[in-house]
Amino acid sequence: MTTVAVVAARLPARRYLLLVVLAVWVLGWALFNGRDTLALGGAELTPLHTSLNEGMDAIDDGRNSNPFFLYFINYIRLFLDESVTFVQALISQASFGRPVPVLGWLGVAGLATAIAWLWGNGKVALLTAAGFLSFGVLGLWQESMDTLALTLTAVALSLAVGIPLGVWAGLSDRFHRVVTPVLDFMQTMPTFVYLAPLTLFFLIGPASATIATMIYAIPPAIRITAHGIRQVSPDTLEAGASLGATSAQALRHVRLPMAKQTIIVGVNQTIMAALSMATIAALIDAPGLGKTVLKALQTLDVGTAFNAGLAIVIMAVVLDRVTSAASRRVEAERRAGRLRTTRRRRLELAGTFGVVAVLGYLSYTYVWAAEFPVQAELGHYVRQAADAASLWVQDSLAATTDALKNVLTNTLLNPFEALLTGSPWWLVFGVVVAVALLVGSVRAALVTAAGLLVLVLLGLWQDSMVTLASTLVATILVMVLGVVLGVWMGRSDRADTMLRPVLDAGQTMPAFVYLVPILGLFGPTRFTAIIAAVVFAAPIAIKLVAEGIRRVSPTTVEAAVSAGTGTWQLISKVQLPMARSGVTLAASQGLIYVLSMVVVGGLVGAGALGYDVVAGFSQHQLRGKGLAAGLAIVVLGIVLDRVMSAATRRADVAAHGGVTHK
Amino acid sequence: MALTRSGRVRAIALVTGTGLLLTACGGAKVGETQQPAAGGEGGKSCGTFNLAVNPWVGYEANAAVIAHVAEKNLGCKVVKKDLKEEVAWQGFATGEVDAVVENWAHDDLKKKYIEDQKVAVSAGPTGNKGVIGWYVAPWMAQKYPDITDWKNLNKYADLFKTSESEGKGQLLDGDPSFVTNDAALVKNLKLDYKVVYAGSETALITAFRQSEKQQKPIIGYFYEPQWFLSELKLVKVNLPPYTEGCDADPAKVACDYPPYELDKIVSKKFADSGSPAYALVKNFTWTNDDQNLVAKYISEDKMTPEDAAAKWVADNADKVKAWVPQS
Amino acid sequence: MTVPSLTERSPLDTETVPILDVRGLWKVFGPKAEAVVGTTLSRKELKERTGCVAAVRDVSFEVRRGEVFVVMGLSGSGKSTLVRCLTRLIEPTAGEVVLDGEDIRKADDRRLRELRRHRMAMVFQHFGLLPHRCVLDNVAFGLEIRGVPKQDRYARAREVVGLVGLNGFENSYPDQLSGGMQQRVGLARALAADPEVLLFDEPFSALDPLIRREMQNEVIRLHHEVGKTMIFITHDLSEALKLGDRILIMRDGELVQVGTPDQVVGAPADDYVRDFVSDVPRSHVLTLRWIMRQPLMDESLDGPELGPDVVIRDAVHTVLSADRPVRVTDGDQLLGVVTSAEILEVIAGGQER
Repeated sequence: MTTVAVVAARLPARRYLLLVVLAVWVLGWALFNGRDTLALGGAELTPLHTSLNEGMDAIDDGRNSNPFFLYFINYIRLFLDESVTFVQALISQASFGRPVPVLGWLGVAGLATAIAWLWGNGKVALLTAAGFLSFGVLGLWQESMDTLALTLTAVALSLAVGIPLGVWAGLSDRFHRVVTPVLDFMQTMPTFVYLAPLTLFFLIGPASATIATMIYAIPPAIRITAHGIRQVSPDTLEAGASLGATSAQALRHVRLPMAKQTIIVGVNQTIMAALSMATIAALIDAPGLGKTVLKALQTLDVGTAFNAGLAIVIMAVVLDRVTSAASRRVEAERRAGRLRTTRRRRLELAGTFGVVAVLGYLSYTYVWAAEFPVQAELGHYVRQAADAASLWVQDSLAATTDALKNVLTNTLLNPFEALLTGSPWWLVFGVVVAVALLVGSVRAALVTAAGLLVLVLLGLWQDSMVTLASTLVATILVMVLGVVLGVWMGRSDRADTMLRPVLDAGQTMPAFVYLVPILGLFGPTRFTAIIAAVVFAAPIAIKLVAEGIRRVSPTTVEAAVSAGTGTWQLISKVQLPMARSGVTLAASQGLIYVLSMVVVGGLVGAGALGYDVVAGFSQHQLRGKGLAAGLAIVVLGIVLDRVMSAATRRADVAAHGGVTHK
Repeated sequence: MALTRSGRVRAIALVTGTGLLLTACGGAKVGETQQPAAGGEGGKSCGTFNLAVNPWVGYEANAAVIAHVAEKNLGCKVVKKDLKEEVAWQGFATGEVDAVVENWAHDDLKKKYIEDQKVAVSAGPTGNKGVIGWYVAPWMAQKYPDITDWKNLNKYADLFKTSESEGKGQLLDGDPSFVTNDAALVKNLKLDYKVVYAGSETALITAFRQSEKQQKPIIGYFYEPQWFLSELKLVKVNLPPYTEGCDADPAKVACDYPPYELDKIVSKKFADSGSPAYALVKNFTWTNDDQNLVAKYISEDKMTPEDAAAKWVADNADKVKAWVPQS
Repeated sequence: MTVPSLTERSPLDTETVPILDVRGLWKVFGPKAEAVVGTTLSRKELKERTGCVAAVRDVSFEVRRGEVFVVMGLSGSGKSTLVRCLTRLIEPTAGEVVLDGEDIRKADDRRLRELRRHRMAMVFQHFGLLPHRCVLDNVAFGLEIRGVPKQDRYARAREVVGLVGLNGFENSYPDQLSGGMQQRVGLARALAADPEVLLFDEPFSALDPLIRREMQNEVIRLHHEVGKTMIFITHDLSEALKLGDRILIMRDGELVQVGTPDQVVGAPADDYVRDFVSDVPRSHVLTLRWIMRQPLMDESLDGPELGPDVVIRDAVHTVLSADRPVRVTDGDQLLGVVTSAEILEVIAGGQER
């Protein structure tokens, strides 16, 4: 293997070899077009799919006969149901024999604002107050509180599980290696695949919704905690060891306190992930805003869907800003020392909670503080405006967008897809493995070969290739946007202030909300799916690129400017190359985000794997195929991720002029 | 909020004081003016009725009317659960769903839950007739009158070319919840078309809407009863007529879809419970026009399902009377 | 030029039992490290043949109680690895490290922690302070982890904070202090446990020159006040000469020379060391012992008297202003004479031969 590596490293002009491979591919495609393409029709099944189906049925049937399984699952379900119901009783649902929850809008808004003030700052407290009031103003107080209850419970449990595991993964390399692919799997496996089976074991209701949310929200908690534990300065750890600290002491006194800020970033990401599941969980009767969105979608009521989507975005922004402020505050307090005396702090806590107690009492006792006043609701204006905007966009832009769609589809997507799906599978197999070897590493090529083989075995080769084509095109578009807007945002604070809310909205607005207008613009096509994926994935890529640009040392920029570099040269020769790690991170994250939209794409005309998953969720006899399609998406994600990171490593090595001696 | 530290404390004191003042002023107290929670009691013989609500408006109409009658006339406590069909059927097995009140065939689910597991039973037809087929927008039927005969479809294949259809005509297929024979139909009727999966009802409806607005040719899979047909009267294309057994082999289908008797499914436990709600579900039947009306209230007039049901029940007291069990 | 032997230098040497005795110490990084121990291959050959790097090769030395022992070498010479091997922050591959008769390499985890908590403490190049703790809590950290009650450890910490001149900064946080101040905290933390041996790993190389000199003086002062044994790692020759009672010079993991500052300057073991010390003003380091000669027959022996350990620089005035050779005596015994010719040769020549 090493000899291969050496040979690979010494091959002359890798670029030309790459061209040769591509030429062979095109030639092979021309010669063998349509042969061995392993096509499988929409309703056709392979024996594997049938047996997967039977396997799932067998598990379904076994759930009542296996006592261990039954009790174990039952206790978890009871615990989860009770937890969510309890929080709902506090803030969203009539409870304890009262027609309203324990805390009315005034109490909840007051409590949230107080928390934002005490652990964040005045600015986010104001934002929190405004955000919570807007839930009422949009006419969605109760739905918002249901979503909040579910999200908070899921987040609390995710953190209770995720942080300890993250610490373990931070301490143990072996556990880290074991857990990473599991986390990849949890994050890329489409929710639709496990949503229906979940309800069999955890029944319809909060427990299943919580589990579905946790599956998606735990990975960031684990990953980021582990990262925080790992990045603690080795100097400090060594100092602790030299003083004779045990590993438990080092963890408690050194690692955890120093990783605190990073762990809070993990909390933030966990919240965002949990909130993004709100809509999908509504498919299994999870209460809250997601239901409103889905119901509105049945009648293509864009206004109502947007209104509810807006509430989700507001909730996401409030939670994001408060946790970020809390994290910054931890850092600031550390740097500044404890400016406030503890007595002062105690007074502040007592005073603030005193106010909250009063507000809470009011909202417990009086109707006006318990139920958000109907007169103050302005949701219908938002609905009308969104409806009008959606209609106007569809009516006036459709001709233009249709042309755009046709051009991009015919020049970019169709040829690429034809090449992937029209060539015999063994040709594509060979070409892709060769490319992985040339741009990545031997290891990446092996992973690729194994992954492609799994796709063949899953019986979904052609569907996978269609999805792959769309995914790559979407990722390219994401990166174009990411670099252009990211550079702009990284260089200009004004652009940052302007773009950031838009990006936040793009990331957290449920895709279902904007599906109708973009369907109107582009029709049910693969391109619509690509656009939906770009809307969702571009924000994270833009943010990461901007972050990278901003991190370029000002000294270097100054040196370049003093040498007479022009703006364009500065960007292309200094800032972008130096922000390369940010750009590559943006690409890999962008790719993961694009992949997580494959299923949504299936809902708007992308067909292929996304449609297989959706159909598997809807039709009993297609369940097995849906599961296989979900696995295929995971495999695509793993292969693309490994090839990309290998390519990045190679590029890094090349950039630092060294051969791999380390 | 640039309060100084001491300013903060003072502000807190101020707000506390104001709060206490407000408490003294008062207002209506919780529980004083509220009527007892609706449906909580009264239905001693009915109890809780778990009604699945599948995600389309026609179903919502059925469910809303049944729920309304169950609550108001029978005093049941109705718990509506928003679920996709597959999940709703699973609910029969776990005991969480009592009734599904508009079922489109689903022979595989019937086999699994009615025949094999014996946890569900049929509660008879809803009276609605389901029609599945290929539809075009009204303007097309006007401009190309002979398009409604399948034999002429190849003549118009060029019209339906899109970026997705690889040079053939595009036949837009729909909601993944429905089994379609379209791929086999295209092949067996030797049509120069390619089936493209729109992936959702939303996508289908949007496509037809845009087709009418932009005069863009579209042919696709659709069905009735469906609320959208009251917004836009799609025209059905006639395939070779359905005869008993012509769709026995899915690969060789060359005839139209069979007419569907939409029916109601209930859990075995619910059927055996003797609940008046079961009798209501069993007796419930109405026409496509009835359903379309309630669906229109919901989708176009933007009424809540509850209000829509109340309005229809008020206007159709005689029909409702026939459903309510006499005890 | 004669090289004075160790025995004639300082009578102290032979009397003291070494506090730390290092014998045949090896540290090899890489696969199958044990097999490499004892190798004679060069660094490059070793890397090519086995993929291993021998950071420390067969180093032996003794450290006497109360002395300042400096380990000096360029970066990559293995000096930082060496000092970490002494408390097994890096596990040695072979050899013995004997502290007061106890082989540290044989200690189990618990015993090792005991040793680190009570007997050896280390000061680090990048301080290694806990950013979330104030100065006092940082200083008391070592005491905290060995379970000293709060009152006692704060009392001790305050004492040490005063000793290193940080009075008034007890409640500051590391971020609020300059580099020099931070290193004082590091120093205080090491002193707080009252260890017998203090290890310094290039403690001042991250500081600017003025602060560095100030800190060096601080170390000299502390050494006088608390009298600890100190092992001091540096890459800075002048620092080594200034602080060290004895200096160990390393290159590529190997010991090149051990000796007093004047031995190192006056009698470099090889060209490497010679090159290294070539810029040192010899008159500042060498003593009269190094330049005295036997009196000539016709010289008068009634000039001024000086001891053999007087540094040349300090003798310049006396020798140059005397019109007769200056006698170098040890008690009553005449060891030799020095004239302006010898002095000038050292000062003007600068370089050896």
